[in-house]
Parts: sequence; structure tokens; C-alpha cells
Amino acid sequence: MAKSKRVSVDRRGFLKGAAAGAAAGAAALVGKPPAASAQETAQARPTAPLPTPRQVALETGAPAPRVDVYTTDRPGADFMVDVLKSLGFEYIFANPGSSFRGLQESFINYGKNSKPEWITCCHEEQSIAMAHGYYKIERKPILTLAHGTVGLQHASMAIYNAYADRVPVYLILGNEQEIAYRRGDVEWTHSVQDAASMVRDYTKWDDSPVSLGHFAESAVRAYKVMMTTPMEPVVLCANGQLQEEPIPQEERGRLQIPKMTLPTPPAGDPSAVNEAAKMLVNAENPVIVAGRVARTPAAIPMLVELAEILGAGVQDRKFRMNFPSHHPLFNTGNVATADVVLGLEVPDFWQTTHTMTPINRMGMESRAITKPDAKLITITANDLFSHSNYQDFGRYTPVDLAIAADAEATLPPLIEACKRLMTADRKRAVEERTKKLAEEHRRTRERDLEAATVGWDASPVSTARMAGELWNQIEKEDWSLVSDTTFVSWWPLRLWKFDKPYQFIGGHGAYGIGYGAPAAVGAALANKKYGRISVNIQCDGDLNYVPGVLWTAAHHRIPLLSIMHNNRGYHQEHMFLQDMASRAGRGPENAGIGVTLEDPHINYATMAKAYGMYSSGPIENPNDFGPALKAALEVVKKGEPALIDLVTQPR
Amino acid sequence: MKFIALFLSALLVSIGFAQSNGNAENGKRLFLRDGCWECHGYAGQGSRDGARIASTALNAQALIRYVRRPSGAMPAYVDKVISDQELTDIWAYLKTLPGPKPVKDVPILNAIKNE
Repeated sequence: MAKSKRVSVDRRGFLKGAAAGAAAGAAALVGKPPAASAQETAQARPTAPLPTPRQVALETGAPAPRVDVYTTDRPGADFMVDVLKSLGFEYIFANPGSSFRGLQESFINYGKNSKPEWITCCHEEQSIAMAHGYYKIERKPILTLAHGTVGLQHASMAIYNAYADRVPVYLILGNEQEIAYRRGDVEWTHSVQDAASMVRDYTKWDDSPVSLGHFAESAVRAYKVMMTTPMEPVVLCANGQLQEEPIPQEERGRLQIPKMTLPTPPAGDPSAVNEAAKMLVNAENPVIVAGRVARTPAAIPMLVELAEILGAGVQDRKFRMNFPSHHPLFNTGNVATADVVLGLEVPDFWQTTHTMTPINRMGMESRAITKPDAKLITITANDLFSHSNYQDFGRYTPVDLAIAADAEATLPPLIEACKRLMTADRKRAVEERTKKLAEEHRRTRERDLEAATVGWDASPVSTARMAGELWNQIEKEDWSLVSDTTFVSWWPLRLWKFDKPYQFIGGHGAYGIGYGAPAAVGAALANKKYGRISVNIQCDGDLNYVPGVLWTAAHHRIPLLSIMHNNRGYHQEHMFLQDMASRAGRGPENAGIGVTLEDPHINYATMAKAYGMYSSGPIENPNDFGPALKAALEVVKKGEPALIDLVTQPR
Repeated sequence: MKFIALFLSALLVSIGFAQSNGNAENGKRLFLRDGCWECHGYAGQGSRDGARIASTALNAQALIRYVRRPSGAMPAYVDKVISDQELTDIWAYLKTLPGPKPVKDVPILNAIKNE
């Protein structure tokens, strides 16, 4: 970095000195109208903090000669980079923005663009959703940056998704708080009084530091808050003046980075855990409902152990990779016939235990589907943290035992308590029950396989065929599904064998569309260093929100196999319109207006090529899909992304 | 008893008449126009959002009854939206759609079965 041989002068101090000096001369020097300088001085007197020795010298000494300062060897952003590096981020996901240009420059030069490495994003929604997907594979948060105004506005939906999905994202907002530092209308329109306010309802904590020392402390605090269960996004504002001005001489050597220690996740109260164990061990039909249980890979074997000890069916709500899909207890058991239901980190437990009136009926009725004497137990960190405005917390559910704790941290004591209480008699009951549930699991698999044969040769290609062909190609690989399965009738979960923690990442969190493609790219980046084959079943409507992420994948050589689930529309809404038309006694023939992506058809293979990515398709004949997959997989194995445009059945 | 037998015979004749009058070609047109495929798939294979209806086991009358007052999440269609005859045509088309075949006849699925 080129260093100035001139004396470096703190511009803040210089301006104050100028204002305090001979009015006419100083005002002329800083180029401000005299009235503005007078107002600044008048306002400063009653509220000014204690002056530093340097400020005193400037205030009382002879007026400093006007010095044009062009360079500095140590901008404040360098210290910010030191702070952020100390937190161990591997990557920065960001679309560039002038309000954090100082920080960006320090990261790429002073920080040598390493740990964290800058990943170029084409949209702030992409940055956040990539961070969301990355975390779900690597379980490490990503640093993201955005403008405090226009960038955050782009990013906000993705932040809400991460918030609802209990995923930590560390977001720094550039902002020019000091009005004298706003250089024109762009910087005025990009500045904001309280940047984080826009997303405060769906972030866990934020701050706007006014000094570098303040930044260091708040940066470490933000990380700690973010990683404490329930984990959520946090926001830290980086004032442009702090980034770009030199570190004041008197602060050099005094600035410190606080030590960061993450708190241990809270396990359930021991007496409550024992009470839960008693209820579960003595149950005749216990069912475990798994929500966002698997905070770490360690949760999977623990959940298996608990289910096996109890002979309990496990209903997986598919938010995380919680339970092996081929395990005989996977997706078995019935909440309606259970005498004890254990909900682990289940958002909206009401939905699990009650009916929902179908959309085709007038009015609203919600009845309990559990038996009247069934006991309901919840263990969730959601009971430890609530916001009021956004309603992702779901309906209040009366339960018999609510343990406010992290479910994964509570599994070991719960398992031990169940083991202690297990008698020979109860073990026999567990064995009998397990046999029945295993048979239920086997029959479900047989039904799924039979169902997959229907429409196997159809065009558009069935989603079962898509999943089957994919499995045929990746089964022997070390693979990772980096997309949800909700919109393809869960076929991968019905046909593939999921047993590793990185093989499934769940869904959006708040069902905000535009998450899929960037989350897949973020997850694939996390998989890259392990040499895994990342597979993304990509919904067409979703890709059109932030298609620029294809360029990010191509540019950064992120290996990712994307298969377009190209059903040529926003299909859920298409069905909703048909529902509404039927409710109104009108024909459904206009239900495609506003929801289909036809005339012209979008050619995603061409789109991917335009972004520099290998692609093939559109493919309509199911027999062409297998060979196309094989070719695309070869590209991915070489470390590049590839996309196949597959024209598919709706679901 | 005799009366019941006569009634059942008449009912079966009536159902048979309706079934034999189904026009599968028109049924296909209606199946596409009215968006049956949205939840049930173009092959009637079913999905997360709709039951499998290819080669339906229902007779035409049962299908009509179900469409008028469905028990699940399917929208209810009144006769001014779709007539009994049109539903009979759709039923005839569904009967032409192949149902499940043996898993062993689909090598990829057979391999999954034998894992």
C-alpha cells in the first residue's frame, strides 16, 4: 500500500479546529457557509464531550495552517478489519456499496482478501440467502455487507427468512452518520438516522458505534448474541467517517479487541427433564416431532438413540437434517393416536396438533387432533426469545410441559433419564412397538416406489423421475442436497438415502421466494472444500428473483449441479387462484393469469450460459435427462457449476 | 328384496350408461382447460397437493359426488362450472391414464427397492 510522507491529520479534529478559529478565515478554509459553521459551533458547546489533549491544543493554540490531506497509512477500516478477522469469518458475501467502500478496501488490501475472502454478489438478497445456505452446511456464520439504506432494503426479505429459520447472519451496514461527511445527493439519499430500524423486528440485536473502540466491543457482542440460541441475524452499522478517517494518533495502541466467548446453549431444567422422561417412558404410543432440532451434527445420533430407547415414531418436519431417512422409525407414528407427543424445536406446534380448515372451505375451524388425554411436551429455545410484530411464532399452543431450553443440549440428559427409568416391562413394550413402526416404515417406502412409477415416462418430466434419475447418478458420490423438497412432493426424501448431516438443508424459514438459488450456491461453497457434490433442485420462479447468483457461482468456481424444476409458473399461486375461483363458483380457466411463466417460455439453459455456466436443455423427454445429468455431473466434478433446464410436472 | 334388486340393477345400468357415455377426448381437453393437472399432474400421478387419479378406481358417479363435495383440500366444483357430463368425460379420460406398474419394470426404482 502506498503510504503518505505527509503528516496525517485527523479530519474531524481539523474541522473542529477550523470552526473554532477566526470565523471568516476558517469558514473559508473548510468551504462551508459561515452560517453553517456558526450553527455547528453553537450546537457543540453545550453537548461536547471532554476534549482530548489534541483537541485542546487545537482549540487553544494558534490556528492550524490549512493542510490538504490526501492519504493515510492507517484508516479506521483497518482496525475494523482486525476486529472482524478476530471473529473467524471465512467469507464475505456482498454486493458493492459506496457506504462501505473504506471497509471493502481494507478487507481486500490490508486484510489480503483472506479469511474472510470477498465473494462478489449481484444483489443483497443474494448475499444474505447465500449466508443462510452456507450456515446450514458449515454451521459457521458469514459476514455480509450492505448499504444501510438501499442495500438493506434489498436484503430485508432474506434477513426475515434467516430470522424465521433461526440462522445466524452477521450483517454490517455502511452509513454516513455525520452530515458534514455526506458528499452529495447520493450520499444523502444513502444515509439514514437509524439504519437497523428497518429490520429490527426480525433481527436479534443491532448497534451503531460512534468510535472504533465502540465498534470493537459491539462487533464482538453482536457475534456472541447472534450465536446464542435461538440463533438469529444481527446488524452492526459501520459509520463511513470511522471507516475512512485515519485512526486517531491518541487511539493507536489503546484500541483493543475484546475476547469473545460463546455461551453454552441452555439445557433443560433437570427436574423438568426427568418429568418428561417419565411421561415418555410410560407412554404406550409416544411420538417425537422434530423441528429445528439438529443445531449440530451431534444431534442426529442422539435423536436416533432417544427414538430407539422409547420405540417412538419420529415425525420430521423437514427443517433440518434431523433423522436418517431409512431408519425404521423415520416418519412413523401418528400424533392423532399418540398418548405423549414430544415437540423438539417445532415452530408452530399448533399446526402439528390441530386440524387446519382446508382452503376450499368457508370459515375457520381448528380442532385438536390429539387424543383428549394425550400429554404434550415441548422443548424449544423459541420460548426464550420473542418479538411481537412479525408472527412467525405461530399460534399459542397449550401443552402439559414446556421446557424452555435448547433441544439439542437437552437431549443428553433426557436420554440418560429415559435409560434410568426404563424397566424390563417397558423394554418389551418398546420392542413390540418398534416392530410395528418398522413395518409401517417399510409399507410407506413400498407405496412411494409404486407411486413413482406412475407417469415415469411422461412429458413434462415427473418430479419422481427427476429424483430417481438424480439418485441413480449421485448415489455413489459424496452428495449434498442443497435445496428444499417441498415443491417436488418430497421425492428425494422418499427415494434417496439421507444419513449424513450435510445431506439436507431444509427450506426458506419464512417461505420468502428468492431464497432457493442463492442458498444453494452458499451451501455449495461450504461443501466445496470437502469435495462434495452439491445438488440443487431449482424452482423456476425462485431463480428469477436473483439470477445473478449464477454468475457468482461461475465466477468463484463453485461446483453445483442445478436441475431446473421448470414447471413454468408460480405454481402454488396458480392452485390458490383455482381454489378461489371455485369458492366463488366461477370456472378455473382464467387461473393462469398472472401466475404462469409462458409466452415466451424462459430458457434457463441460455440464461445460465449467459452467466458463464455450463448448461443443457430445455429437456422435455424424460429419456434425455439421464445422459444430460451424466455430462453435467462431469463438469461439476471438475469444480464448476452446471445447470440442466428440465421441463417438469407442476409438483 | 325383489324391489331392492331391481333398484340396484337400474342404478348399475344408469351408472354404466353414464360411464359408457364419457368422451375421453373431450375429457382430456377439460382436464387441461380446468387445471386438474395442477394438483394431480398431467399423468394423473398425484402430488403433494392432490391424489393419484390415473386409472381411477372410482366410477363416474362417485367421481362426480366427490368433485361436488370433496373431503380433502380439493376445491369444490359446482355444476355451473363443470357439468356432470363434463365430469363424466374427465372420468373417461382418467380411465385411459396408466396406473402404477410393477416397480421391477423400472430399473432405477427397482435398484432403489433392492438397496
